[in-house]
Amino acid sequence: MLKNRIIPCLDVKNGRVVKGINFVDLKDAGDPVEQAKIYSESGADEICFLDITASNENRETIYDVVEKTSKKCFVPLTVGGGVRSIDDINKLLNCGADKVSINTAAVQNPDVVIKSSKKFGSQCIVVAIDAKKNGDKWEIFTHGGRNNTGINAIEFSKKMEVSGAGELLVTSMDRDGTQEGYDIDLMSKISSQINIPVIASGGVGNLDHLVDGIKLGNASAVLAASIFHYGKHSVKEAKEYLDSKGIPVRI
Amino acid sequence: MNVTIVDYNSGNISSVINSFKEVAKDSVNITVSSDLSKIKSCDKLVLPGQGSFKSCVGALNNISGLVDVLNDFTITHKKPILGICVGLQMFADVGYEETETKGLGWIPGKVLKIDNKNGEYKLPHIGWNQINIVKQSSMYNNIENNSHMYFVHSYEFVPEDKKVISATTDYSSKIVCAVEKENIFGTQFHPEKSDKVGLTLIQNFLKI
Repeated sequence: MLKNRIIPCLDVKNGRVVKGINFVDLKDAGDPVEQAKIYSESGADEICFLDITASNENRETIYDVVEKTSKKCFVPLTVGGGVRSIDDINKLLNCGADKVSINTAAVQNPDVVIKSSKKFGSQCIVVAIDAKKNGDKWEIFTHGGRNNTGINAIEFSKKMEVSGAGELLVTSMDRDGTQEGYDIDLMSKISSQINIPVIASGGVGNLDHLVDGIKLGNASAVLAASIFHYGKHSVKEAKEYLDSKGIPVRI
Repeated sequence: MNVTIVDYNSGNISSVINSFKEVAKDSVNITVSSDLSKIKSCDKLVLPGQGSFKSCVGALNNISGLVDVLNDFTITHKKPILGICVGLQMFADVGYEETETKGLGWIPGKVLKIDNKNGEYKLPHIGWNQINIVKQSSMYNNIENNSHMYFVHSYEFVPEDKKVISATTDYSSKIVCAVEKENIFGTQFHPEKSDKVGLTLIQNFLKI
């Protein structure tokens, strides 16, 4: 039986983890490779790096991080943040990323999704959708949540499926950083409208939120950042909790 | 021992390279190449494959003489070869992704789209699923039945002779996820992304 996935996400800036697990015995808490290794040893089903490097001259740092991590971690590695072109995707894949997540570029130029999924295969193209509720619908935001495009998130999801996305990473901008739980309504609406897997993101504050994302939001995978940081919960604990709630996980 | 990972522009093979190098350490020489003489002379081959059946077969055919060398290696000399994902699928006679495309024809059968039961099941089949080992094989040394492996695919290999099936996985139906026919081995899942169990399987292949 196919298992639901737990994906810890690490924010990486200038090649360093911004908020990481703060274990006493960790030699270098800012080293993405060490953090990724801890997560994979704790049972993470995949690892996600979100590159939040602001300046263009430091953008190259992520390639080095991906290359080193992929030599040490043998679970799928997804990398996103600032991915603009086929060339960016190609470079990340060549460095050892297994999937690349595309956000702003997918909205501005959906052709990138069409072309990259044809060239590299849908299996490695994740479209990241940042959505915020406006009245009774959700709208797509780009540029790390700063720009409202007014595009309907549900319609856009369908369009991305047709364009060749292999998965959708759906983040609720209303919930992101609040620790109040996923926007279940948004997740379940998108999931019911499309046939590709949905990864729920944004708002996890406790382990029950992960359960809700899967049971109520119908997500195939749940992504979380802060609950795994500072050792609040380990991935192993999260999996055991999901298992106790009858959710199929890899243990 | 020399093992060559066939580099035929089939998409992203860096994870395959990393995992084989990790397992091989210094005892096995891992080469990544599309050079026909290197492929011919090595002891074992790994045939990865990402993207569509059509694009992978197209990429194989784009390297002049490669298919002949692979046939010679596998069928005439019967040296071990491991196909991964679309690499395995290409062992079939024919695939139907995008359009009908002829495969290598080493294991009679077809590659068909997974039946998603009218949308009840998501496609691609992405994530960790358990394998039911149905054939005794040294490929599964130190691997427990029902171990988890990482999958990502929308098409499945349906072999004519069920005796070649070495493992299946349960999704919308029982999906063939590993085959073995004499010197020909294939996995639909990605051992290179399947954590320790996956690395064990790679080790087993290197030991064969």
